Amino acid sequence: MTDILMPALSPTMEEGTLAKWHVKVGDTVKSGDVIAEIETDKATMEVEAVDEGVIEALLVSEGTEAVKVNVPIARLAGEAGATAAPPPAVSAALPVSGQGDAVEKPIHLPPHGGGGGEADGGGPPADPEIPAGTTFTKTTVRDALRDAMAEEMRRDPSVFLMGEEVAQYHGAYKVSRDLLEEFGARRVVDTPITEHGFAGLGVGAAMAGLKPIVEFMTFNFAMQAIDHIINSAAKTLYMSGGQIRCSIVFRGPNGAAARVAAQHSQDYSSWYGHVPGLKVVAPYDAADAKGLLKAAIRDPNPVVFLEHEMMYGHEFEVPDIADWIVPIGKAKVRRVGTSVTLVAHARMVGYALQAAEELSADGIEAEVIDLRTLRPLDHQTVVASVMKTNRLVTIEEGWGPYGVGAEVAARVVEHAFDYLDAPPTRVCQEDVPLPYAANLEALSLPSVEKIVAAAKAVCYR
Amino acid sequence: MARKTAVKTATPAAPADKGELLAFYSSMLLIRRFEERAGQLYGMGLIGGFCHLYIGQEAIAVGMQAIKRPGDQVITGYRDHGHMLAAGMDSRVVMAELTGRAAGASGGKGGSMHMFNTDVGFYGGHGIVGAQVSLGTGLALANWYRQDGAVAFVYFGDGAANQGQVYESFNMAELWSLPVVYVVENNQYAMGTSIERASSETHLYKRGVSFNIPGEEVDGMDVLAVRDAGLRAAEHARSGKGPIILEMKTYRYRGHSMSDPGKYRTREEIDAVRKTRDPIDHLQERLLADGLADEAALKAIDADVKSIVADAAEFARTTPEPDAAELYTDVYVEAAA
Repeated sequence: MTDILMPALSPTMEEGTLAKWHVKVGDTVKSGDVIAEIETDKATMEVEAVDEGVIEALLVSEGTEAVKVNVPIARLAGEAGATAAPPPAVSAALPVSGQGDAVEKPIHLPPHGGGGGEADGGGPPADPEIPAGTTFTKTTVRDALRDAMAEEMRRDPSVFLMGEEVAQYHGAYKVSRDLLEEFGARRVVDTPITEHGFAGLGVGAAMAGLKPIVEFMTFNFAMQAIDHIINSAAKTLYMSGGQIRCSIVFRGPNGAAARVAAQHSQDYSSWYGHVPGLKVVAPYDAADAKGLLKAAIRDPNPVVFLEHEMMYGHEFEVPDIADWIVPIGKAKVRRVGTSVTLVAHARMVGYALQAAEELSADGIEAEVIDLRTLRPLDHQTVVASVMKTNRLVTIEEGWGPYGVGAEVAARVVEHAFDYLDAPPTRVCQEDVPLPYAANLEALSLPSVEKIVAAAKAVCYR
Repeated sequence: MARKTAVKTATPAAPADKGELLAFYSSMLLIRRFEERAGQLYGMGLIGGFCHLYIGQEAIAVGMQAIKRPGDQVITGYRDHGHMLAAGMDSRVVMAELTGRAAGASGGKGGSMHMFNTDVGFYGGHGIVGAQVSLGTGLALANWYRQDGAVAFVYFGDGAANQGQVYESFNMAELWSLPVVYVVENNQYAMGTSIERASSETHLYKRGVSFNIPGEEVDGMDVLAVRDAGLRAAEHARSGKGPIILEMKTYRYRGHSMSDPGKYRTREEIDAVRKTRDPIDHLQERLLADGLADEAALKAIDADVKSIVADAAEFARTTPEPDAAELYTDVYVEAAA
């Protein structure tokens, strides 16, 4: 004997009307037969039998309203031996999701609401030591990125590069120069102009165990592919209970170039920084570009690697160290100071350093912190600095609302509220799509002057 | 039903032996009964959210699985329970994921639409319509990169067939001769929209024409027709000739998901398919007519399947939910690989 229960027809249904019976007592039913119609405020749905047997009783008459879900509505006399295990009687002990024991146990949350996989304890990883006597080579950011890819492709045959114009053309910005010649067409793959598709192919190949580097000609075009970056790459490890890894790097220029207007000039730092499951890196100089890209390629997680077109041609010293790796997740103090903390990433680090020099002439010694990694965010380094300077200015190329500066300021307020002598201040792109006209473009973007003004303001000067 | 575009090979179908036919029968029946039980557990509030049942489409997953070789991959959308069972995933583990329990395929973190088991070559279980086509073409890209002879079987529905990324993937798959078989499960309705209302070309096997990808229309309600077409297609892809499309004409008996009242089609239409084209009835008749099984043997299979499903349901109902400590696990792979 089996009770047929009032079914829930949607996740939110609590009760419904038993509109019609399609069977009567004595009828034989089998799996899939329609036995009743149920009406809710949204729809009428048919109820099918799951077990076979003879209807012994109809417990709720046709037209009854407000029949609660899981109340028995009919009784089935099972075929002898046919129903090996009757459906479980539903009782108050039913462990409905969200009401079970699990929720009542204390949940150990990371201390800062899960801002991007910060390991609890141990702090961010340290930079590698540069031994005394190390020589350095002046290298452009462009070549540093290229060297990082070439070194990792030599080291690991599962690493390959795909994207528009990366092979025969050597990259739209020449970042993949000579890679085709060294590694061949199977490992340096020119794709059609089809960001959504090739990002998906890259993620699929990563799920199959390869380590793709997917180049976007610019991150503006990656918006076509953002579904795969977030829904497929960032979330699948979690949704598979840890089974499906996705070791992939999405890289390319990000932020404002020059005079290319709003669709080609956007900073995606905060977009990707928002997403658990992603790591987000945005280097400033060539040494970090090389060391962080190598770390990103080796990382077993999806990494969004934000480069800057305007920095590709800049030369910096890169240490002549075999296998130079800069750990993801560690900010760098670029200039030591005591008066105010300037926090920046990518191209804005250079602006902040320049502003610091100008401020110094006025007797304000700014400490400049290069975030380098946006997720996980090394707020410890920022907080330690603010505890010393008592003042914070954040600088970013992106829009202010919901931005990197907003996040940094929130963390500083959480961890160093009593140390602040002035409200944290943000210097960001003006809250408009980036204009084309040279004068308006300049007005829209952060500048050294804006940083200097903000720093003076928080110093009450 | 044997409509094709530019099919380049024709392998004679392997004769079906008794053991294989009985295995097909039992596998399809397991999916049918499992899904019916899942529908019931949903009605009892034990399964939450979305739950897309495979009832009516069983012959496709079962027939295609029969020709899959070790190392081959399968990937599909969110109507995935049948594919997982056909691939050999434990019904307890699948049902326990539906009820959101720790013992589920994804530890309770994925649910109906997001389950995986790479040991049997099953790569999900994806919730965004059409995403699995790019991802699956990426699996084929990995096979091509490794030159390991494996084929990716990429399933999608008539709804996903209108997504742009499907065609971006088709283009690259043919351009690079990737070893992929695209299996369109055309069950006639994308949620509540019939294919006639959504597709300017309703013969989906022709959708590869402008990419030079051959296609074939297959009776997706006939497990042997599915298997034979699958064999031809897999050989095509495996031999380096690139992708191929199989359009499986099929039908889902249940709503798009559990909360679909199904007012876009008539009960008569559903009943007509059930009476005349049901893949399980069809095979049952054949088994009986050819003297490959008698009523008693089929009843024994029935009883076996029922007990497997009852056991899975009981397990899924009683096994515990994930520990609260699991909330923050699996967001990142912690140690460098």
